[in-house]
Amino acid sequence: MTDRNLDAAEVVTITVDGRVISLPSGATVAAALLNAGVPCRVSESGEPRTAFCGMGICFECRAVIDGVPHRRTCQVVCREGMMVETQR
Amino acid sequence: MKRAFDIVVVGAGPAGLAGASAAARAGMRVAVIDENPHMGGQIWRAGVGTCHPNYAKVRAIASFKSSGAELYPGYQVVDSIDEGDLVTWIDVKRSLETFGFKRLIIATGARERFLPFPGWTLPGVFGAGGLQALVRTGYNITGKRVVIAGTGPLLLAVAAHLKQAGAQIVSINEQAPMSRLIKFGFALMGHPRKIFQGIGYCTQLAGSPYRTGTWAVEAEGNEKLTGIQLSDGRRTWTEPCDLMACGFHLVPNTELSALLGCRIIDGVVQVDENQQTSIESIYCAGEPTGIAGVDAALLQGEIAGLAASGMAQKAIRLHGRRSSEAEFGRAMSQAFALRPELFSLAKPDTITCRCEDVRFGQLNALAASQADWTYAKLQTRCGMGSCQGRVCGPALEAIFGWRNNSVRSPLFPIPVATMCSESPREKEISIPIP
Amino acid sequence: MQPYDVLILGAGIVGSACAYECARAGMRVGVVEPAVPGGAATAVGMGHLVVMDDSPAQLALSRYSRELWRTLRSVLPATVEYEECGTLWIAADSEEMAQALFKKNTYAGNGVMAEILDEATLREVEPTLRPGLAGGLMVPNDGVIYPPAAAAYFLSSAELDGAELLRGKRPVRAAGGEVTFEDSTRLKAGHIVIATGTDNSLCPSLNIQPRKGHLVITDRHPGILRHQLVELGYLKSAHSLTEDSVAFNLQPRKTGQVLIGSSRQYGKLSAGADSTILRKMLDRAVEYVPALRSLQAIRVWTGFRAATPDKLPFIGPTQDASVLVAMGFEGLGITNAPGAARLVLHHLTGEAVPLAPGAYLPDRTVVAEAIHD
Repeated sequence: MTDRNLDAAEVVTITVDGRVISLPSGATVAAALLNAGVPCRVSESGEPRTAFCGMGICFECRAVIDGVPHRRTCQVVCREGMMVETQR
Repeated sequence: MKRAFDIVVVGAGPAGLAGASAAARAGMRVAVIDENPHMGGQIWRAGVGTCHPNYAKVRAIASFKSSGAELYPGYQVVDSIDEGDLVTWIDVKRSLETFGFKRLIIATGARERFLPFPGWTLPGVFGAGGLQALVRTGYNITGKRVVIAGTGPLLLAVAAHLKQAGAQIVSINEQAPMSRLIKFGFALMGHPRKIFQGIGYCTQLAGSPYRTGTWAVEAEGNEKLTGIQLSDGRRTWTEPCDLMACGFHLVPNTELSALLGCRIIDGVVQVDENQQTSIESIYCAGEPTGIAGVDAALLQGEIAGLAASGMAQKAIRLHGRRSSEAEFGRAMSQAFALRPELFSLAKPDTITCRCEDVRFGQLNALAASQADWTYAKLQTRCGMGSCQGRVCGPALEAIFGWRNNSVRSPLFPIPVATMCSESPREKEISIPIP
Repeated sequence: MQPYDVLILGAGIVGSACAYECARAGMRVGVVEPAVPGGAATAVGMGHLVVMDDSPAQLALSRYSRELWRTLRSVLPATVEYEECGTLWIAADSEEMAQALFKKNTYAGNGVMAEILDEATLREVEPTLRPGLAGGLMVPNDGVIYPPAAAAYFLSSAELDGAELLRGKRPVRAAGGEVTFEDSTRLKAGHIVIATGTDNSLCPSLNIQPRKGHLVITDRHPGILRHQLVELGYLKSAHSLTEDSVAFNLQPRKTGQVLIGSSRQYGKLSAGADSTILRKMLDRAVEYVPALRSLQAIRVWTGFRAATPDKLPFIGPTQDASVLVAMGFEGLGITNAPGAARLVLHHLTGEAVPLAPGAYLPDRTVVAEAIHD
């Protein structure tokens, strides 16, 4: 018996800093950024940062989603056509 | 928009699901609020793709689904303005909604404890549970070499799951010495199912060294991780890898409990035999009452659900097992206590507050003068960033003994617009920022 | 043990500034702080350095004190985050524009640089302001600092000059050259300076009322604001002695975060945030800068200002010649701290100060002034 939450055959396509990325339906934007090898943001002292805690409490995974900054990407499920950009 | 319920449960992990099921079956109108899109909390995180069956989880979810309780996924509690009310933020709707309750069950679970060490902010270094969660929600790590380090039973569980996801587990490094783990092994004797689970992990991980008394000293690399320097107290060596999963056991999520005024001692929400807090209408179950694992959470949740429904008597049969699980929790904390070497890994330029990039040297400089959390925060801005001290707080407490006792609303950031009156002209917040 | 020349009670911005001046002047200084140094009003305010013209005495003190800050700037550490971003007073209509002109003339007559901006120029210098405002008054030499770091600087400078910080001791009486503490110990001093913020228990004859304020800080949104923005109606809000009020007041921080204020409430209020007045305050703010609506608010907090009936602080000796006070700074504690410290030094040593000290004495005739417009 398997524990499947979503039909993994479905694929969602989003753009990350202009690049087109495809992921299984249900994946988060943080996963998309990680798969693309793109850091989410740049820290106060200029370090590149990616998702860290995976559960929405560290705020390292913040990026701009559809024009809105400071979205915690590990908490946002990808939707078809989402536009994601790295932020400062 | 306000909805009223008899009982509101915050958290859809094991404790929350058990509490909600019990209360709903007792005839109460129950709502479960959870910020995640699916139920299960952290330990039973839902995601993409398949995973091995977890019978406790399957049973708990099935029971919940047939209980009549309502689930509100994607709702994050940010504030409580009036007594008996919770204000939640729904990210996908970009709006706030209020839930009214007669009784509240707080089942907010726990988060990982992180400790700073040189290079821990490099891309490629993740929390242990964090990497597992990210993999389950779509991060593809097939073929990646992973070093796991830190402390706690979570390390094994994470290793097993990552291996299933196609990663190559280079090594698993537990800082606790073997002697303490053997003692813990004896404590496990009272919990045979946990032993089987442990053996199960070990079988899956045959081929990857599991070391005790070993800890990570530094994460190496320039723009991203290339290897982890490990130490066993006698020698240090580097293991090349692509990713690191590190975590130092768990700390309770007590922010909501603190905001509501529940009594909290040493970071643990105080509850009586009915899981009732110092506030009559508020109950608390699971990790916030003390880190003790899934089985403790399920029992405490059920007890809280019954008690909140006026059926505390029916829960008496569970008290014995609850005590036994609490014992297990204490044994865990003792076994995985942090060794002092971990508190001096950070160098002066090691970032310690990740939100504000406050470095260890700045904080260490205050340790000599009678600093406390408030003073350190005021002088360095440590803890003033977006995470409001959730990451750096447990680290500073472990290293310096400074406890973060203050909590402010909103519990999580929300747009300014949500705190304004509704604008008659617009409902959507979409003004471009120059 | 040698008695202290001066014991300063309170290590907030005012007490710390007094310690700085007294230690620099060669006195043996003790600073008493029962709680966290700089942890009360100093920690929760906006850190605004502003010349306020609501009375001639206020104008004199804030102008002098602001210049002291500007001189200090070169020695203040980076943690103080000193920004000379100026204050932009906003006029929403022609009545407020007339106020702006009057204000400019007052400033000009007192050597404070200020420039009238018409609506077009206003929008140019601060693009996120809504259209339809009448104009504004730019005061370019006003600034913003991070007060806890400034207080820490004053205190550590004082310590380098020999001052001692006495932490964890709570004074319960100050009279006749002696301070008595909660633990029954006592310390003698040539003089005592009471700088205890909203707590006037050591000088109960001073009429000091707490006035609660709310603040919201956002996440980083660099570039959204360039200047400190205050509505000209602010003076009306600050002057009401009895009613709850809000006024538009925004501050950009060096970090790129925006600090949103301000509110004033009277009476014995809890320290918890009041969602009703918070909503009024934010409604007012987004009226002026609509883009605020989409910024992320990461924290809301409250604080208490120490208000006096005539809006002027009490600085100087009391009936007891050994006891001085530096209390009641309302929303100008940060701005006026260095000036207050110089006044205290003047009272202690006779050192000249370019102010008429009589206007700030505790036993001056206190008259609640009408708002002048």
